[in-house]
Amino acid sequence: MVRSTVLICGGTGCSSSGSAKIKDKMVEEIKAAGLENEVKVVVTGCFGLCALGPIMIVYPEGTFYSRVTVEDVPEIVSEHLLKGRIVKHLAYDETVKDNEILSLNDTAFYKKQKRIALRNCGVINPENIDEYIGTDGYQALGKVLTEMQPQEVIDVIKASGLRGRGGAGFPTGMKWQFAANQPAGKKFVCCNADEGDPGAFMDRSILEGDPHALIEAMAIAGYAIGSDQGYVYVRAEYPIAVQRLQIALNQAREYGLLGKDIFGTGFNFDIELRLGAGAFVCGEETALMTSIEGKRGEPRPRPPFPAVKGLYGRPSILNNVETYANVAQIILKGADWFKSMGTEKSSGTKVFALGGKIKNTGLVEVPMGTTLRDIIYEIGGGIPDGKKFKAAQTGGPSGGCIPEKHLDTPIDFENLAAIGSIMGSGGLIVMDEDNCMVDIAKFFLEFTVDESCGKCTPCRVGTVRMLEILDKITSGNGTLEDIDKLEELCNYVKSASLCGLGQTAPNPVLSTLQYFRDEYVAHVVDKKCPAGVCKNLMRYVIIEDKCKGCTACARKCPVGAITGTVKQPHVIDAEKCVKCGVCIETCKFGAIVKQ
Amino acid sequence: MKSLAELSAIRDKMKNQVASRANDLDGTKIIVGMATCGIAAGARPVLNAFVEAVAGSGIENVTVAQTGCIGICQYEPVVEVVEPGKDKVTYVKMTAEKAQRVFDEHIKGGKPVTEFTIGSAQK
Repeated sequence: MVRSTVLICGGTGCSSSGSAKIKDKMVEEIKAAGLENEVKVVVTGCFGLCALGPIMIVYPEGTFYSRVTVEDVPEIVSEHLLKGRIVKHLAYDETVKDNEILSLNDTAFYKKQKRIALRNCGVINPENIDEYIGTDGYQALGKVLTEMQPQEVIDVIKASGLRGRGGAGFPTGMKWQFAANQPAGKKFVCCNADEGDPGAFMDRSILEGDPHALIEAMAIAGYAIGSDQGYVYVRAEYPIAVQRLQIALNQAREYGLLGKDIFGTGFNFDIELRLGAGAFVCGEETALMTSIEGKRGEPRPRPPFPAVKGLYGRPSILNNVETYANVAQIILKGADWFKSMGTEKSSGTKVFALGGKIKNTGLVEVPMGTTLRDIIYEIGGGIPDGKKFKAAQTGGPSGGCIPEKHLDTPIDFENLAAIGSIMGSGGLIVMDEDNCMVDIAKFFLEFTVDESCGKCTPCRVGTVRMLEILDKITSGNGTLEDIDKLEELCNYVKSASLCGLGQTAPNPVLSTLQYFRDEYVAHVVDKKCPAGVCKNLMRYVIIEDKCKGCTACARKCPVGAITGTVKQPHVIDAEKCVKCGVCIETCKFGAIVKQ
Repeated sequence: MKSLAELSAIRDKMKNQVASRANDLDGTKIIVGMATCGIAAGARPVLNAFVEAVAGSGIENVTVAQTGCIGICQYEPVVEVVEPGKDKVTYVKMTAEKAQRVFDEHIKGGKPVTEFTIGSAQK
């Protein structure tokens, strides 16, 4: 009889820091201690606190062990599992208070979270369908097939106010309605799992941690719009997600939860996987469907919208993974329950991938309307090393930078758009005083230049011209006119591009121009990078008063740019200096600074 | 699988296993002392008896946990039952048979088995 369960995170983050070896060692040690019938080891999906991985949680106590190593395992088995003594020095610091071990839910990271899309991530074994069923899995599918008409399903989703979590926030129920209204015939249910924003990994975590939630929701959508075929378009760069999804599909078929005559109701539905080859543009709905058809992934003008003419020219719906992850819960708990969370126009929760200059890197799910300040400082633990917050970037290469003055804005689709950013898929990158905003804009633009499919001119040529101007500015050759020209070009690209990629590509530039124009001006007028990032605008200078003339730096300088006599202040020849930074590391007196 | 009944059967079978991973331990807790002293005195069969009794009964909201040495080694195996809003009850010198009675009369019946408690042992 199982009395204790050890959950080990098998998400991508923890897997790459060695959780598979820890699991093997755990199983071995448990066997050696003769506990194999009492303690169960379960590999789960992502817990969300990736910064502390590899992560292990022991139930029923709920003890949270962080940064576990293979060497720690024997101690955990002999102390905790055998003798019931929690190994305090291995438990996550925040859970150990005054010699008491707190529940994981009482830590700052989890306290303000509300997990719906991620409810099973880090709780169940994603490769075991029985565990999903044990958490009321497939009950919603059973309910819609036996008790509800397709239109009732659509009405519930509409009433819940669920909106697309992939970025644009289009009402999911409306989308389903459009497809359902089309004359009967072959229709398709598609899932966008081509998560491509740099720094975003919420969809991956759901695929890895709770793949059946997606399968169940797609079957429900199939019933609602009258489709018997689904496609999941998933990045080939997500090998663990693809593997778990495949296992889940096989198990669902074996149980008759996919296939013909599901629950004996005459409803047929099956799902196929399609692997994306890594083109960012394939996250755009028409390009994604073109790619599923086996053609080159390029967008096409809309209308006709996919709900009318989508995959193979048939009515199709496309929703994002996180959107689907909410569906079964809404069916079971009702539209009012979902509407009770979040804001008036954006109900429910949103998952964010926290990254950048933040203490708790990882995945968080919070009700819509939570402020950025809460997410960054309460849940995320703030900025490391006492640095000052500068901006938060949401929405990846399609989004914008949000400055400190907007930190208290409640986050939902409308509010983010109003302050010049977008919700996007939920990447949230935090930047501190050491980040140069011009450089950030350049980084995202380099990404879109690479990923532009080249079909329409504004995006293909416009983004390259924008990048050239940014290059000019960061190398110290920019003028004030360049900034104006850049802004003008941004607006052209935004309004004239064919698809979402080009239409949103200027957002990082526009939002940094809006909130951090002074940094652009500093680059072109003072020829200085205030954050000290842009190499061409940086100078290494010796402060005369502090220099003792020890000659250490002059001897270390690889290009002989530092001159001076012993016991006299030295100087750096800016012409010769290659800005390698060796002199700063060498100086014992802190006399050399970057300017 | 051809019916909802089959689905529900799997769910009911799995529910307890998965539910024990809930983070909110609001319900009743049965805590068995599993330090060296407890194990030596026979705590393991006691622990297993409780786990099996809880799983077999289908009662939700009861968790069986283990803890270290409470410091009264002469009374091991020691079991504590903590119910929300009630005083903690400490049972001493437990056996698997006593565990079954505690489960039936206290956990299910709501009436502590006074004769096994530390209070009567110290008299």
